Amino acid sequence: MSNATASAADTVKKVSLLRILGPGHVWALGVGIVLVGEYTGWNFAVDKGGTLAALIICWVIGLLYTSVAMIDSEVTSTVAAAGGQYAQAKHIVGPLMAFNVALYLVFAYTMLEVSNAILIADTVKAYAGDGFSDWHYKGIIAIVIVGLAALNYRGVLMTLNVNFVITAIAYLAIIVLFFSVQPWSQGTILKLNEMVTPENALPYGWIGVIAAFHWGIWFYLGIEGTTQAAEEVRSPSRSLPYGTMAGMITLLIGASLTWYICASLMPWQYLGFTYYPLLDAGKLTGSALLENMMFTATILAALASANGCINDAARAWFSLGRDRYLPPWFSAVHPVYRTPYRSIIFLVPIALAFAFIANLGQAITFSILSGVLHYTFMSVNIMMFRNKWPLGTIQRGYTHPFHPLPAIILLALCVVTYFAIFLGYGAQLTAMVVFYIIMSLWFHFYRYRYVKRGDQFTMPWPKPRGY
Amino acid sequence: MWITIANIGWVLSAALLLWMLYDWFRVDTSYSEATLTSSREGEIEGVQESHKV
Repeated sequence: MSNATASAADTVKKVSLLRILGPGHVWALGVGIVLVGEYTGWNFAVDKGGTLAALIICWVIGLLYTSVAMIDSEVTSTVAAAGGQYAQAKHIVGPLMAFNVALYLVFAYTMLEVSNAILIADTVKAYAGDGFSDWHYKGIIAIVIVGLAALNYRGVLMTLNVNFVITAIAYLAIIVLFFSVQPWSQGTILKLNEMVTPENALPYGWIGVIAAFHWGIWFYLGIEGTTQAAEEVRSPSRSLPYGTMAGMITLLIGASLTWYICASLMPWQYLGFTYYPLLDAGKLTGSALLENMMFTATILAALASANGCINDAARAWFSLGRDRYLPPWFSAVHPVYRTPYRSIIFLVPIALAFAFIANLGQAITFSILSGVLHYTFMSVNIMMFRNKWPLGTIQRGYTHPFHPLPAIILLALCVVTYFAIFLGYGAQLTAMVVFYIIMSLWFHFYRYRYVKRGDQFTMPWPKPRGY
Repeated sequence: MWITIANIGWVLSAALLLWMLYDWFRVDTSYSEATLTSSREGEIEGVQESHKV
């Protein structure tokens, strides 16, 4: 390494992120971040509204995220820069929105990383037996966060190659479980008609369905993270739409299979309570092989998610530094590994601190809140994008159909989700909004004076319509 | 087994953290700040994305 560093010092004058990724890596990043949601989290929607509510939410929230994926694909195939939606907001809405969006991204991904580390430690603890103390629990958390940070530090290609493999294994485990429980023969292993009856399908009625939106987000939360790779894919206009849409199709299938397996094996009272719906489904088959497979897959899914989250949070933080929205010190790129190494290291102690003190429910809720704020921005963003630069005025790698319908659906579903979160976590929602208002004031009245205003707009676009 | 893995986890975490801090120090002392922070948004875009979509 020392030779590589020394020789690079002689030749490299400018360093930037490395364009080395393909559509498969984009898929691995998006699905890798999200897939853990099938292994835990979505099932708390069952507690809010019953098993049928979780299925309704699975598809309705699927509609929300299909809108997110389509909108994201169009804008990102045009604004291909690290920071993803942050760079989009900067060019389309303005600096204050961009600063907030970057904060949403960093919070959503860091809290998701924390949730994954806690989940892995909880899963191990459940199997470790006596003698597994708090020290050991925190040791698992530490190696997950620090080990994956080191992998991210070492290079994006290896990071996402690893993510591709472990995400594929975790996804295949769901497919294997699905066929192992003989879905073509209800009554042999699966008992959907006994578990879900007209009396218990919607135990709290339609208000339960609304409340279930909060946790239904977990089926797909993070697929929009594919855009963070925009500056490192070889062909963003091709790879990002392909990777994101393929990821969304993968997840819609995975979510539906997951619901079917779990709803057919567990009563809703238990399904809405357990932290490990798929692992429990593996256990309930009575096969030790399937149980071990789902145990391994749960850990792999959480690892893939944490790995992708570190990648994305670091790039959002790096982009803020590069535009001087934060000290430019954070915008350093490693001259050999070509990663935003200072941003990666900076976020490690923050993730560790939250993982050591927060519980899983709080961490997931903070992540969901930041995510929904982010999706709300996206619906406004695409309308402004189409108004300022109508079709034909700039080249788009992908043009999403039925505009403005996806944006309107996205905005409407975000409003319903805010209400659902308010029902269960009103205090956290209020605290989070107050936090973003304070940060906005800090940015507007203090930090923005350091920004080189002309330098931050980098896309070679014509003047927007109306300006 | 998990207790052993957790203990190894602490050791590995410390080792990896030290490696990152050491490498960070080496890089920061081997390169100028101007070089390290020379990445600019959109620069590569102009060269590599000039193809027709």
